[in-house]
Parts: sequence; structure tokens; C-alpha cells
Amino acid sequence: MLEARDVKLAFGQTPALRGATLAVAEGEIVAVMGPSGSGKSTLLHCLAGILVPDEGEIMFDGTRVDQLDETRRSTLRRDRFGFVFQFGQLVPELTAEDNVALPLLLGGARRAAAVAEARPWFAKLGLDGLEQRRSGELSGGEAQRVALARALVAKPRVLFADEPTGSLDSLTGEQVMDLMVDSARAQGTTVVLVTHEARVAAYADRQVIVRDGRVHALAAARGAS
Amino acid sequence: MSVPLTLLGLLEREPSHGYDLKRDYDTFFGRGKPLSFGQVYATLSRLARDGKVVISDVEPGEGPDRKRYVITDAGATEVDAWLTEPVEPEPHLQTVLFAKVVLSLMLGRSAEDYLDLQRNAHLRRMQALTDIKRAGNLVDAMLADHGLFHLEADLHWIETTVARLDALTKEVRDA
Ligand SMILES: Nc1ncnc2c1ncn2[C@@H]1O[C@H](COP(=O)(O)OP(=O)(O)OP(=O)(O)O)[C@@H](O)[C@H]1O
Ligand SMILES: [Mg+2]
Repeated sequence: MLEARDVKLAFGQTPALRGATLAVAEGEIVAVMGPSGSGKSTLLHCLAGILVPDEGEIMFDGTRVDQLDETRRSTLRRDRFGFVFQFGQLVPELTAEDNVALPLLLGGARRAAAVAEARPWFAKLGLDGLEQRRSGELSGGEAQRVALARALVAKPRVLFADEPTGSLDSLTGEQVMDLMVDSARAQGTTVVLVTHEARVAAYADRQVIVRDGRVHALAAARGAS
Repeated sequence: MSVPLTLLGLLEREPSHGYDLKRDYDTFFGRGKPLSFGQVYATLSRLARDGKVVISDVEPGEGPDRKRYVITDAGATEVDAWLTEPVEPEPHLQTVLFAKVVLSLMLGRSAEDYLDLQRNAHLRRMQALTDIKRAGNLVDAMLADHGLFHLEADLHWIETTVARLDALTKEVRDA
């Protein structure tokens, strides 16, 4: 459903990806692990159509993402993908509720409809009562759950998460992972999860390791042992 | 897991029958490795012999379950000493991993292949423990967590070792 084929990308003289190949199945949760600087985030950005590789192909639902122009890729990201990063990156001027509603508004929904759709996420993610807070008034774990709601509210086909628990303590990080996995499974969202923490990666169906810009698919799928 | 000390600890709550001790042990500490009644009564009679417990009332009838066991001052002192003493930190699994890595290098084999397999096995186990944690109750989750943190520590060691393999190879071959 989502695939990187022999992807190469360099930042100036620095090769970040040197022939990375990864295929992700519909509804699958894949963890991308590996040392710092190995190319995990770069691979995620290529898969998500944020970066365009120098060589190789990115396929999503039979479309060559790497051949789309920036406008089309931007539309694809908005309509089909959700994103969570290490630091929530909520819009500080907006309330938590408006942050969650934002992707729906950007997708053309009316405000009342967007807010109505955003609201149930607060109960679902244990955020009751925090709807009107701004990001400065949320703890790291709360902000990250708001970011998760925002990433999932428009029912994306793929959720891209780059170190979503990186700034949280282990218990709070696990709450975020529990909610991410449950919500993604409930709506059939495919997840590409970048993390260097094995305990976080253990939530995924499958783990791959990026080393020196290449993907090593070591582990067999869950249950396949 | 020290069975005698754990049973003593359970007895410090209140005097109990062997049956109740077995049930509570299996619930909280047995985790798929329940005690046999034979073990329970053998342990209790050893504790009685050593003056850590006494048998209070023996109810009429036959069989070991008629006896109620009561902890003595000596027993309570022992439980107290045990609970305040830290466990000897013993990273034994890592020593096996270490031995395999060094021996591989000495024999000219690929330690990296071994470490890849080990990483894989660790991740598999961590996945299984995560499933248990997400499905189970709090006691299951806490035990799974203990395993997960330990496996994670091993994985840190594996990654560090992979990064140092060239240097380690040189050191082992030159020795
Ligand atoms: N915008 C950029 N400009 C120049 N070099 C970059 C840029 N982004 C990444 N790199 C380089 O590309 C390589 C891969 O970086 P990447 O961010 O993908 O690593 P990573 O695996 O995500 O690391 P980390 O775990 O530290 O986040 C690194 O050498 C990095 O320095
Ligand atoms: Mg990164």
C-alpha cells in the first residue's frame, strides 16, 4: 500500500538514504528503529511526500508520490496522511479543540461540523475538560495526545509518527502508544512509527532497522515467529 | 523468588492455612509456576522446625489443611530484614551475551550475525510481553514491564556492542 523502492537521498554531500526499501501493508503498524543519524526521519519524510528522493520510487496506492508536484503532494498529505512528531507542534494560538479540528477545517469542513467531530476525541484520549486550553497550558503528555487526535481526526490512511514519545516519561509515553495503537486499529489506519526506543517499537506489528541509510528487515511479523 | 521468605511474608499479614498461602502465592508470585501443596507444606514444616512459624489451632478432622500457621518474632524479623535489603544487582543474561560475542570473535565468526539474531529474539519477546501487558491486569502489566525494561537494557548493550565490534575484534585477536 505504501512503499519505498531503492530510495536514495543526499543532503549536499551527506548521503542520508543509500537505497532504502520498505513496503508497508494496509492497516499494518511498522516501527522504524536504528541509530541516530541513520536516516529514519529522512525515510519517513520520503514516504510521506515531504521530501523527494534523488533516486528510487515512492508508491502510495499505486501512485508514484515522488513524481507528483509539490501542490499534489501537499494535497495528498492533507487528505490522506496524519502526522505526529516528537514535540506536538500544536498551534499555540489555538485552543486544544481548534487544534484537533484544524485538519477538518483545512479539508473544507464547516467550523461547527469540524468542532463536533473533534470533540469526541477528547473523551477517547482521556482529555476531558481540556478542550479550551492552549498548548502552553497542557503537559507534554496531554499535548501529545491532542496532537494524536489532530493527526487522526480526518481518518487518514497513514499515520506518520516520528519519535512521538521522545519527550515523554515512560508511563506517559505508553499511554500515548496505547491510544495510538488502539485508535489506529479502530479506524484501520496504517502507521509508520519512527522510534529508537525498543519498548515503543514493541507496540508495532513489525520492526525494521535503518542503518547507514538502508533498511534491514530483521524481524518476522507478529505471530509469524 | 524465595519461596520460604515469600510465604513468611504472606503469614505476616495474618495467620493462615496452607491452602490460603498457596492461593495467594500463585496469584501474585507464581505466575504460571504454581506451588504444589507438597512444596507448601514441606516449606512450612521447615519454617516451623526453624522457629519462624508455629502451628496455632489444629481444627478437628484429618489432613494438613486443618493447621493454621502463625509467624513468630524470629520469622517477622527475617521478613523485615529481607524486605529492607537490596537485591544483588546481577546482570547475568548480559554475561552470556558477552561470552557469545567474544567467543564468536575469537573463532573468527560473525558476532554481528549473532547480535542480529539476538536483537530479533529480544524484540519478539518484547512484542509478546507488550501484548500481555495490553491485555492483562495490573499485576500482569507490572511483571511484563519488569521483563520489558530488562530486555530493553540488553538491547542498548547490543547496539553499543555492534557499534564497537571493530575495536573489540582487534582487542580480542591481539590478546
Ligand atoms: N535538513 C538536513 N540538512 C542536511 N543534512 C541533514 C538534514 N536532515 C538530515 N540530515 C542528515 O542526514 C542523515 C540522516 O538524518 P535523519 O534525520 O534521517 O536521521 P535519524 O535516523 O532520524 O536520526 P535521529 O534518531 O537522530 O533523529 C544525518 O547524517 C543527518 O545529519
Ligand atoms: Mg530522526
